[in-house]
Amino acid sequence: MMPNLPMQAVPPDWPGGYWWHWLFFSILLIAFVVIMVMGAIWIERRGMGRMQSRLGPNRTGPFGLLQPVADAIKVLLKENIVPDSADKLVHWLAPVIAFAPVMMIFAVVPFQNGALLADLNIGILYVVAVSSVATLGVFMAGWGSSNKYSLLGAMRNVAAVVSYEMPLVLAIVGVVLVAGSLSMNDIVLAQDIPFILLQPLGFLLFFTAGCAEINRSPFDLMEADSELVAGFHTEYSGMKFAMFYLVEYAEAIAISAIITTLFLGGWRGPVLPPWLWFIVKIFIVFFFMVWTRTTLPRVRIDQLMALAWKFLFPLALINLFITAIQVLVWPDALPWGLIIVNIAIMVILVVVWSKFFKLGWGRLEV
Amino acid sequence: MTVALSGQELAKRIEEKFPGSIEESSRDSLVVKAGSLLDVAAHLKDAEGLKFDYLNYVTAVDYFSYFEVVYQVTSLEHNQTVIFKTRCHDRENPTVPSVTGLWQGADFQEREIYDLMGITFEGHPNLKRILLWDGFPGHPLRKDFQP
Amino acid sequence: MTTTELMTLKTEPFVLNFGPLHPSTHGVYRMRATLDGEVVLDIEPVFGYLHRGIEKLAEERTYTGFIPLTDRLDYICPMSNNLAYCLAVEKLAGIRVPERAEYLRVIMAELQRLVNHFIAVGTFLNDCGAFMTPVVYMLREREKILDMFDMVCGQRLTYNYMRIGGVGQDIPEEFLPALRKFLGTTPRFIEEMEWLLKQNEILLARTKGVGILPRDTAINCGISGPVARASGVNRDLRKADPYSIYDRFEFDIPTGEAGDCYERYRVRIEEMRQSLRILEQVTKQIPGGPVRAEVPHLIRPPRGEAYAHLEAPKGELGFYIVSDNSIAPYRCHVRPTSLINLTALREMVRGWKVADLIVIFGSIDITMGEVDR
Repeated sequence: MMPNLPMQAVPPDWPGGYWWHWLFFSILLIAFVVIMVMGAIWIERRGMGRMQSRLGPNRTGPFGLLQPVADAIKVLLKENIVPDSADKLVHWLAPVIAFAPVMMIFAVVPFQNGALLADLNIGILYVVAVSSVATLGVFMAGWGSSNKYSLLGAMRNVAAVVSYEMPLVLAIVGVVLVAGSLSMNDIVLAQDIPFILLQPLGFLLFFTAGCAEINRSPFDLMEADSELVAGFHTEYSGMKFAMFYLVEYAEAIAISAIITTLFLGGWRGPVLPPWLWFIVKIFIVFFFMVWTRTTLPRVRIDQLMALAWKFLFPLALINLFITAIQVLVWPDALPWGLIIVNIAIMVILVVVWSKFFKLGWGRLEV
Repeated sequence: MTVALSGQELAKRIEEKFPGSIEESSRDSLVVKAGSLLDVAAHLKDAEGLKFDYLNYVTAVDYFSYFEVVYQVTSLEHNQTVIFKTRCHDRENPTVPSVTGLWQGADFQEREIYDLMGITFEGHPNLKRILLWDGFPGHPLRKDFQP
Repeated sequence: MTTTELMTLKTEPFVLNFGPLHPSTHGVYRMRATLDGEVVLDIEPVFGYLHRGIEKLAEERTYTGFIPLTDRLDYICPMSNNLAYCLAVEKLAGIRVPERAEYLRVIMAELQRLVNHFIAVGTFLNDCGAFMTPVVYMLREREKILDMFDMVCGQRLTYNYMRIGGVGQDIPEEFLPALRKFLGTTPRFIEEMEWLLKQNEILLARTKGVGILPRDTAINCGISGPVARASGVNRDLRKADPYSIYDRFEFDIPTGEAGDCYERYRVRIEEMRQSLRILEQVTKQIPGGPVRAEVPHLIRPPRGEAYAHLEAPKGELGFYIVSDNSIAPYRCHVRPTSLINLTALREMVRGWKVADLIVIFGSIDITMGEVDR
């Protein structure tokens, strides 16, 4: 028996019991992720085109909707090239290792009340743990390609992930304190008011750190195309490149899904069915990522580190303390009062801290 | 307006300082002997009233009987300019002292002349071919170059 | 590993090859960078991938026949190249240019400066990592100018518009209205662009204080154009040595002091404004009349030599021509702005990170067609 599964998730009498249920929904999840990635690619390409005063792909299907399919077919037909001096096994394994954990994240993401593959009572902790594994795949790609660009990109990625894990987790802790549970489902159930209002600073920190964690612009140093050609996947082609491409967008979708779950009330919303709310919210968050990508220049590696340790980390700690005090001292306070107080705190903190902290202004910092 | 200094007048002044260094002078240029090129160039760069601190360009012309290396320098302070040249009559192994020590801007241009005209610049820190590859036969800007 | 072992861990510099095919080498520039981790220790530039021997080709062409080849030097701004070459031949042969042609030349040269700075600023921001957005907007504005060039000479990239003793043909009727319309809309675009970018914390962090080129080094290396002016060298040939009819117009020379990437970027933006100012005045003053002096088809300048230079968008562009009284130049040397501006790159990037190397390189603004010739 699986005592952790809430009643809604327990399947009817399927032949073979839970295993069939899990297999079925695992495949469903993978299909869901792949379709979401296609949607994300379409939004990214068309949205970026719109923001850059150009059309974007519009030849394949209505509004270019089938562009991701065309891309996939193209990339599948490409020759798979492995460099002579590459470490063949590592080079081959890297995309797989990068791909698996991203899929595993979705196991604990609730699509509606109880509709999740495994309602772990440590759900969010599991997400943090699993998502870091993808870094291993990226570093293997960098190392195994025996290409200096790849290696530089992979090293940057490891450095960034190690630094940004801190503010990321601390921002999550704030949410967990308010919700009183680590389970993703319970966190959504606790959000009568979306936590973006109760934890505005936490949201900001999580969004920034999340963008850095998955290397979205302006923190896309690991594949900085103007410096490192394509970063860690310079030497990848064909299906293996497609895997990395998929991972990149699946990670973005995963972070969007987690932000949706933690801060935007997950599947909750009026009128529309819960799963649709969930998808809509994911795409809204993803749209903001596309927006930052088209707008902001890239930071430098030392500035990236400085931002994590000097800006996000202290703010995350302060946020944690404030949240803890609020939860302890005024557990039953009127939420609307707290919302105003918290937004004020966020504004003051961010303004004050940005006075202290300039992004280096050219000075090299370690 | 940038004033072009008269070569003859300047030649007189330089002749006083470095006797026997000027080979020839005309209205718009003066020809310096290769041996005293560096002295004259340093004088042009640093002397009061001249201060030619900006090197416009260095180039070379092949006149069959000799190569002429042309320098044009400008003084940003006085806004005046002058062309001075130097000649080398040795066709097999033409050599001219390098002015990179005085004007760093000559670095790539001297390498280019070495590459395309085959004139060696003595004292250049990194005299390698710049536009053509290392094994290229001959120097294309010479008039007798046969591809 | 024990602590002592960690303390004695040796790191080794390694060589990273940038280019000739790299997203941000602006063509086929190649540099071998020696890196210590992310820090650049040294770079060694390698040129020549686009060498076409244009100086040698000039010796085989008539004076007029060489003009199309000058288009191929700095292919971002062919008008300036045309003009510089024509100025040199006119100086050599003593040809006077009709009034209207001078005005047309100034219009074209200033529009070309705008084109170049649009591309320079756009690609520079692209090198900073602003993914394609600024460059696409810049290209949109550039397109308007290219349409105007298309009107006057039927070409969008290699114009071949200037002639010795004037310009190829008179402008069509619709040109001046189009230019006036352009002058009306562009200042707002530049304002908007600058407003969006100059307060961007990341852009400031990436460019302020990065890749400083001291004034003395700039002069000693023969650096010219916006790069030199950003370092405080107050020299613009339009003012210092006015050619054509630039002494008739009012404009300022924007200069910087810091000599960093941000100043270079800012100087370019300011120069665009000044170009628009010149164009405003030109459109008001432009007279009628012929656009080309009576010049024979085969020009035989008297024996001698001439050097004419002008303030091209990238810096001082000059042609040194030696004539032996035949129909072709005896020797034609181009003063390559881009090549000479690269001289100081090595000093500028030492000690900065790989990311800065790209930004600094982008801020110099070169065209490989002119570097390699």
